[in-house]
Amino acid sequence: MIRRAAEITFQFDGDEFTAFDGETISAALLRSGQKNIRSAPTGAPRGMFCGMGVCQECVVEVDGKKTEACRKKVKAGLIVRKATYV
Amino acid sequence: MYDVIVIGAGPAGVNAAIEADNLGYSVLIIDEQGSAGGQVWRNKSSSIIDAPKTETSIKGNALRDALMSSNVSVKYEARVWHIEKCDTIWNIHIENDVLTSKNLIIATGAYERIIPIPGWTLPGVIGLAGATALFKEHMMVPGHKTVVAGSGPLLFYVANEIERLGGTVEAIVSLNSRFDWLKSLLIMITQPILLWQGFKWVTAFYKKTIWQSAPIKFEGADHIELVKIKKVDDDWKPIGKEQILEADSVCYGQGLIPAIEASRLAGAEHHYDETLGGWVPTIDDMGRTSIEGLFVCGDNAGILGALAAPIRGKNAAQAINKNGVVYDIGKFERFGKAMTALSIPRAGLLNLIDTDTDVCRCEGVTRKEIEHEIITGAQSPNAIKSGTRCGMGPCGGRFCADAQAMINEHVTGKTREDIGLPTARPPLRPMPMDQITEELNYDDLPIPGVSPL
Repeated sequence: MIRRAAEITFQFDGDEFTAFDGETISAALLRSGQKNIRSAPTGAPRGMFCGMGVCQECVVEVDGKKTEACRKKVKAGLIVRKATYV
Repeated sequence: MYDVIVIGAGPAGVNAAIEADNLGYSVLIIDEQGSAGGQVWRNKSSSIIDAPKTETSIKGNALRDALMSSNVSVKYEARVWHIEKCDTIWNIHIENDVLTSKNLIIATGAYERIIPIPGWTLPGVIGLAGATALFKEHMMVPGHKTVVAGSGPLLFYVANEIERLGGTVEAIVSLNSRFDWLKSLLIMITQPILLWQGFKWVTAFYKKTIWQSAPIKFEGADHIELVKIKKVDDDWKPIGKEQILEADSVCYGQGLIPAIEASRLAGAEHHYDETLGGWVPTIDDMGRTSIEGLFVCGDNAGILGALAAPIRGKNAAQAINKNGVVYDIGKFERFGKAMTALSIPRAGLLNLIDTDTDVCRCEGVTRKEIEHEIITGAQSPNAIKSGTRCGMGPCGGRFCADAQAMINEHVTGKTREDIGLPTARPPLRPMPMDQITEELNYDDLPIPGVSPL
């Protein structure tokens, strides 16, 4: 049996998502089926790729700062935006 | 000032730190994650309150407990972005701080080799090791229906974890043949527990495994929907008819590459050895590099895996003393090399990289553009980089350098050693400017006068 922390909500690109308190942004978005989380300079859709903070494909914006979604923990009410350009 | 700074808190780095502490040195260990364990013994997220014990959690917790009960100082969620040696002192730059030490042990581990094929940038296609991070940290699966593709033992571990955590494996697409595996079984006999575990995984997925095959294209609009595969020959060149698999997720990778950026930036000599995963620091049997006071251990010194890592870590700490003790890694080295051998790239792989495929994911540089740059004169990685931007993006070239060198090898006939590597430069990871500099006001910048011309 896996026991998880309480569910919380946060925003990504204007939409509301649920997450288990303390998990990473990328895990929460993937669980909700939101795989496409960034547009490459070519316009192509991108999502989490290396999962360990190396490839920078899952970069999002939190509080105006670019951060890897696979390293940043979700907390209640967090506002996450698509990164404008990486 | 510390006697020793260790970069990377996986099994190699932590064991190096504890051994150095036991030898009486003052030690600091730095890691970009929130806790020790590295990728292989990655800690669970705080979102998991309770879960059944696994090998990862037991071994990871033992490693973290041993570190906690030592005198080693720790710095987590800290990223080393620059390394400099000033006289005999190492300056280790992290966000907004510089740490100093007399000795430096680099234990930065590895990242994945992922061969670029059409559609490899689609959301839902993730690395095999990336998938293991999801299992270990979040106990979750990458999707509802997953294709697991590539080479080496990670395929079977990933497939097993997906089904243990409630997902469905559509198929394992293995570049390796059954015969490749039989050959490595002879060496696995030295590790009976792992042999038995491996045997259980392979038999559990035997019917779902498509041997000697590779994805040739990933398809989907917004994310992965279809995987097209083909058989490959002994050289891993795709042959025969296409087969189509449905999937909402793909775990994909062709082995591990030593993470040598830090040891290169520190100035150590490196050489190419495909049996160790590619470019590795040139070291003695204890991890001493060509630079005084610089030591390396773990997979960044050559891919030998988690069994060899603790011993390599202890040796790196012992190496600080001229008369340090050498611990024997003999059978772990043989085992590690047998696993690494399953992922040594073969020439036919190049046929998977379509001419219009983005080899450089960050900057969108295709194989055709790289080939054109080489044919028109750019033969070094530096020249290709400045001509096409291949390797200039946020990943620092980690996910295109190997494929770019394979293409260069093919076009020029040069060896990997002759092709060489691009110049090592900071930052080791992308850094927001305000974390490197003091707070900056643009109005304070001096404006140069008008040029006399």
